[in-house]
Amino acid sequence: MTAVSPTVVSPTGFSPAAFVDVRDLSVDFKTRNGTVHAVRHVSFTLEKGRTLGIVGESGSGKSVTSYALMRILDAAGVIAGGGIGFDGMDIAAASERTMRDIRGREISMIFQNPRAALDPIRKVGHQIEDVLRQHVQADRSNAYEKAIEALTAVRINNPRERYHAYPFELSGGMCQRIVIALALACRPQLLIADEPTTGLDVTTQKAVMDLVAELTRARGMAMILITHDLGLAATYCDHLIVMKSGEVVESAPALELFRNPRHAYTKKLLKATPHGCASVRDLLPEDEAPRAPAAPLAVAKDRTPLLVVDRLVKEYPLKSARSGVFRAVDGISFTVGRGESVGLVGESGCGKSTTSAIIMRLLDPTSGTIRFDGVDVGATPAAKFARSPLRGRLQMVFQDATDSLNPRFTARRAIADPLLRLGAGGEGGPMPKAEIGARVEELAALCGLPAHLLDRFPHQLSGGQKARVGIARAIAVSPDLLVLDEPTAALDVSVQAVVLNLLVDLKDKLGMSYLFVSHDLAVVKLLCARVIVMKGGRIVEEGACDQVLGAPRHDYTRSLIAAIPHPPL
Amino acid sequence: MTSSRTVIVLKRFAQAIPTLFGVIVVTFLLTRALPGDPAAYFAGPAATPESIAQVRAALGLDQPLPAQFARYLQDLATGNLGQSISTGQTVLSDILTRLPASLELTLSALLLSLAIAMPLGILAATRQNTMVDHVCRAVVTAGVSLPVFFTGLALVYVFYYQLGVAPAPIGRLDFAYISPSPVTGFFVIDALLAGDGETASAALGQLVLPAVTLAIFTLAPLARMTRAAMLQVLASDFIRTARAAGLSRRKILLGSALRNALLPVVTTFGMVFSFALGANVLVEKVFAWPGIGSYAVEALVVSDYAAVQGFVLVMAILFVVINLLIDLSYTLIDPRVGFDG
Repeated sequence: MTAVSPTVVSPTGFSPAAFVDVRDLSVDFKTRNGTVHAVRHVSFTLEKGRTLGIVGESGSGKSVTSYALMRILDAAGVIAGGGIGFDGMDIAAASERTMRDIRGREISMIFQNPRAALDPIRKVGHQIEDVLRQHVQADRSNAYEKAIEALTAVRINNPRERYHAYPFELSGGMCQRIVIALALACRPQLLIADEPTTGLDVTTQKAVMDLVAELTRARGMAMILITHDLGLAATYCDHLIVMKSGEVVESAPALELFRNPRHAYTKKLLKATPHGCASVRDLLPEDEAPRAPAAPLAVAKDRTPLLVVDRLVKEYPLKSARSGVFRAVDGISFTVGRGESVGLVGESGCGKSTTSAIIMRLLDPTSGTIRFDGVDVGATPAAKFARSPLRGRLQMVFQDATDSLNPRFTARRAIADPLLRLGAGGEGGPMPKAEIGARVEELAALCGLPAHLLDRFPHQLSGGQKARVGIARAIAVSPDLLVLDEPTAALDVSVQAVVLNLLVDLKDKLGMSYLFVSHDLAVVKLLCARVIVMKGGRIVEEGACDQVLGAPRHDYTRSLIAAIPHPPL
Repeated sequence: MTSSRTVIVLKRFAQAIPTLFGVIVVTFLLTRALPGDPAAYFAGPAATPESIAQVRAALGLDQPLPAQFARYLQDLATGNLGQSISTGQTVLSDILTRLPASLELTLSALLLSLAIAMPLGILAATRQNTMVDHVCRAVVTAGVSLPVFFTGLALVYVFYYQLGVAPAPIGRLDFAYISPSPVTGFFVIDALLAGDGETASAALGQLVLPAVTLAIFTLAPLARMTRAAMLQVLASDFIRTARAAGLSRRKILLGSALRNALLPVVTTFGMVFSFALGANVLVEKVFAWPGIGSYAVEALVVSDYAAVQGFVLVMAILFVVINLLIDLSYTLIDPRVGFDG
């Protein structure tokens, strides 16, 4: 190889045409149990002004690919093979010093969980200045003005005031804007967005993604969007690659991928994404053993509903204002019928979690009544409800399957826990030890958890398996009402599809009622006949799912529906 | 923002008041609960019941407890901590001469300890499971497992007896020098203030070995805490953001990471300080350091109650003050303090 000019023509021979040229990239991680091939022979190219989506589920290697692109892998990770070309330069061979100049100035990255991505004890304005001054885009005299400029570019109101804010004083959406401002401050050529909207509300997600798309387009930047959400990727990307277990299984223009997916995994992912399908069964792959069609979702019409919530109010004293109180739940009333599934939908801070905690009798309301099967359960204080005979009939599946399991309990012990405390029917004394073993195995079978996994600890189980343990534990004492608090929010779509189907089956078999708390209207629609939309502690709309989603009456419901990213079908 | 922080600081100050009052009540009750009759003790071995009663009345011990407490408060307010029977001086003047000695020793030892422990902890955290990390672990384990009287004696043996580079371990200053007039009570600083460089260097020479001894002992908790806190911070998301933004390694380590890791280190520092101040008796004994720890032990041995009471009171007040300072430094380091809790 004869290099004419050592700086212009890279000896590695990356074509100068492709702005980003990843060829045959492999990344290995050295762990105690040997080498893990996290990324295997991944290739793709990206031109300026274009957007590439890397789609895959957890563990697919999509984030590792992007970390390799910036060379910010953990100490255990190494680029084991292949090359990364960026603007004619060989990233894999570049010195650490060169990389430091490239990071933040040429290639920038934004992350999921934006609040954690910012230094918690440094003013956000100073964090932006740090980046500007590192890359000599500003000096002491004009750093402040440049930081304000960067904040203005991401449309933060009152940038001069926000400059002095700490991350904990800002909302999640606001923090993500700060992270974007920080990433774009030095006008980089390539932006890598790693799950930038996971954990944000749908309307915030739309605002953030629209902002990113607009800024990158205006500046003629290239963007790589890493996401598990096919709908999001399709809405904002020109070209998609699908990754599974470290490999690219399919690469196609976004529209093409949706209209004509070729790989079985892509098909499975597309199917599992709950958009516009009629039944929860549609989420499962076709080749899976055929199941009985799910029972039609019906709005309960009985005169004596199982749960009657009347003018429920929960107030919290405000710290700053001396006399003021914050109404988290502001006088809401609704019912849940026997055998009915009701969805409780809203964005973070709307009061849906507070409401579900009050109904579960984990929290006391300020005023209002809760009648469960004719009994005023609100009259028993939450602190004493554990001893109420009704405790076993009201159970909950928690949002985070990992954090809601005791790390020192095996799956068997976790499922047996309510039996040991409440007994089989939730009444009388604990279940005799001899019967518990059989009951736990029965529950595991019911929830599709293989018996050999029962003796494992939570860290030895996958996300989907942990979700099954959480569900088995909740139904162990045969509750009448199950409160499901975003039970699939932390799961991959294909696992979510399976868990949602399990929930539908269990409801049909056991005749429970569900109160399904979620921010995802598309999921709620598959599970619930009726939906309640909350905003600011109040119910803004309530009705049959088809009607609320098909012909929403309230503006807020309309904006919620509009914010859901729709695949271009 | 700033005004609310001022409120937090003022509140924290206000919280120290009931603690101080509790300390006074406890020291008062403590001496009343100790075995033996102080009146009989002060009256001497040849006393008659009448003379004991006289002494009791003179000491106010025949009064009911609340009245005695009122008198105790009155005494405290005027700085009267009683008379030490072993030294013949007032307890207040004893403590005022000996406390600065202990503070000078402890402070310089801890500053030295910090100066070694923090870089060591940071290095160990950034180069986990390498040679530096193992060295750090070895130093820390050795420091905490060797008793201070042993390290002290070993240092004296090597540097004074064998090499002759250190002065004799005979207290704060060699007899050849005159103590500087007290301003801060710290000999080195006082001598420098007086412009007496020779005395200052002599005092510093005396200080080095005991300070090193104590520093070796207090190194362990500080180094370990720095390492653990740095490891945790370095694994967090905002460090990844800083790396992705191209910030230099130095800036990441010493800017964001260290500042965030400082809170647990400061907490540990406060605990080690309080602990070292009262517990360096052995170091003081080995180096004939006229500190407050050895004073208290001597007083305890001869049942010098007024001195013990004064010691307990002063130490308790110091603990409260140190904790107050630590808490106040939190508000400087972490803007979230007072908002989460």
